[in-house]
Amino acid sequence: MATPNKETVLEWYRQMVLIREFEEACQQLYNEKRITGVYLHLYSGHEAIGVAAVACMEVGRDHIITAYRDHGLALAIGVDPNKVMAEMMGRRDGTSGGKGGSMHLASREHNFWGGYAIVGGHLPLATGIALAEQYNGTGGVVISMIGDGATNNGYFHEALNMSGVWDLPNIWIIENNGYGMGTAVERAAGNPILHQRALGYGIKDLERVDGQDVFAMYEAVQAAVEHARAGYGSVLIEAITYRYRGHGVSDKQYDSKLREELEKWKREKDPITILRNRLEKKYKDIAKTLDAIDAEQKAVVERSIAFAEASPLPNTYEELFAHVYVES
Amino acid sequence: MVAVKNLPVREALRKALMEEMERDERVFVMGQEVGQWQGTHRVTQGFLDKFGEKRVRDTPISEMAIAGAAVGAAMAGLRPVAEIMTINFAFLAFDALINHAAKIHYMFNGQFRVPLVVRAASGWGNQATATHSHTPEPIFAHFTGLYVGCPSNAADAYGMLKASIRDENPVLFTESIALYPKPGPVPDDVDYLVPIGKGDIKREGKHVTLVAYARGVEWCLTAAKELAKEGIECEVVDVRWLRPLDTALVFESFKKTNRAVIVEESLPLYSFGSEIAAQLQEHCFDYMDAPIKRVSALDVPVPYSHDLELMCFPNAEKVIAAVKEIV
Repeated sequence: MATPNKETVLEWYRQMVLIREFEEACQQLYNEKRITGVYLHLYSGHEAIGVAAVACMEVGRDHIITAYRDHGLALAIGVDPNKVMAEMMGRRDGTSGGKGGSMHLASREHNFWGGYAIVGGHLPLATGIALAEQYNGTGGVVISMIGDGATNNGYFHEALNMSGVWDLPNIWIIENNGYGMGTAVERAAGNPILHQRALGYGIKDLERVDGQDVFAMYEAVQAAVEHARAGYGSVLIEAITYRYRGHGVSDKQYDSKLREELEKWKREKDPITILRNRLEKKYKDIAKTLDAIDAEQKAVVERSIAFAEASPLPNTYEELFAHVYVES
Repeated sequence: MVAVKNLPVREALRKALMEEMERDERVFVMGQEVGQWQGTHRVTQGFLDKFGEKRVRDTPISEMAIAGAAVGAAMAGLRPVAEIMTINFAFLAFDALINHAAKIHYMFNGQFRVPLVVRAASGWGNQATATHSHTPEPIFAHFTGLYVGCPSNAADAYGMLKASIRDENPVLFTESIALYPKPGPVPDDVDYLVPIGKGDIKREGKHVTLVAYARGVEWCLTAAKELAKEGIECEVVDVRWLRPLDTALVFESFKKTNRAVIVEESLPLYSFGSEIAAQLQEHCFDYMDAPIKRVSALDVPVPYSHDLELMCFPNAEKVIAAVKEIV
């Protein structure tokens, strides 16, 4: 297993900071009504998972797909933040021309197959994309993010079982942040140890991983990629994490118990702080470099906001009706 | 002249599917019992031996995943032909078809295509009861982003399935169970395609237009034959595709006959019949000489007992009675 060098780890750090800055900006823009709508699901708190997953992908060969909490993956995989922010604001220069919105980011050129807003709906798509890889013998693997809530719907069961039956190169990563919307995992799952479901589908169980530790995640996903790429079939990982901005921006106010829980995670298990501390411990004098990265990412996000707000809103019937069907 | 072969609908479909798999390596079939069982309706009979397990994929009983995985495979460049054993089970796949297959091209602004065909046997008969006797094609045709094809005879089944497989868009392709054994001439031409969205005049006439699709066409043709004996000439318009809908062909016929009876195997509320009637009054009001009639399935769950079951559905006699009310 390849050990990441300093440069690589700094790149992870950059991506994680970019995601955090971007998401916190989104929250602010939503509060100011510069981002509108009701659906905005932020990735703050989850950064290490998405960044580690993307780090394990072979560019141009492997694939990734997720649900509606999708901004982090788009940014980690290298989609232009300007375009992502433009999509948040429904602008013509957005990743989907303003027609997909926050929950439906995608970039075909990055093999980022999208965010999907129907819980679990993307899971059989991942099965199908993996089927195409196996069918064509091209050796790519497909990483799918799964919210803990999605593990209780039929799509999860059917998609993972079918992948198990056909030994498809799927890597299923449950991002267990403790809640499906407002319902705690223990109140929603008969067996709340979610990775144990792998047994039922005959797929490799890589058990629980600390989703706040980018190195732990990287190791787990690397092992999963090796397994799937070698043709041994699909793999399930349960990453334990926490969401900093609730289910979405339209959540009701937190009660004091939840507030306390959140503050504890932020204090003790923040993925960016953990990585930063680790880097500072290993490399003396790195603080300056990290500070520079922080400042750069802030600037990138600022630029993306300016870009997005300068981009026109689509408003023609031609745009409205484009791409309903593939025109022959 | 292209030579023709006389084939039942089932074999016309089999020929179409087999030829498309021979023509294009990317085309494969997946579904319950399509392989070892030789197909629930025997459309894929012999496919497993001929093409092997890679391209003839037996699936678990997982309609959500059959449709959903087919969507993913299509996005990734394959040309899946997924079989949902009967359309009654397509309700389980509704989300994959409507929220995914039909929306992905649009929602991601054209970045992905979903060249998918979902085949489903449709219809009632043999006392299949309330859960296994649905003909809900118009429900699926309600949603933009999907095409819906419903052939009425062997040649159309052949040319429409080929056109569906070669198209870049998702198609729900329904096959009337009662029509599977019905023989008809089929062009012996591997590139015979029925264009998507193009209807067909199945019989010319000048007194009344009968509008139908799938099995309804058969009842219309039988009725037309009977009515001709009494001097009433019916024009039978088979729309063939519920989406895109060939309204131009319906309007053209109606402007000639000034009367219409719409025949549908599905339920009457928010239906194919409602849609055609609404469009006729909007676009052809000045040509209308009589109320537009509909012959639909009765608004009741389909019961088990044989006589009660038959009472639920249209037939040629009901079509004849409707025509006589307005001619």
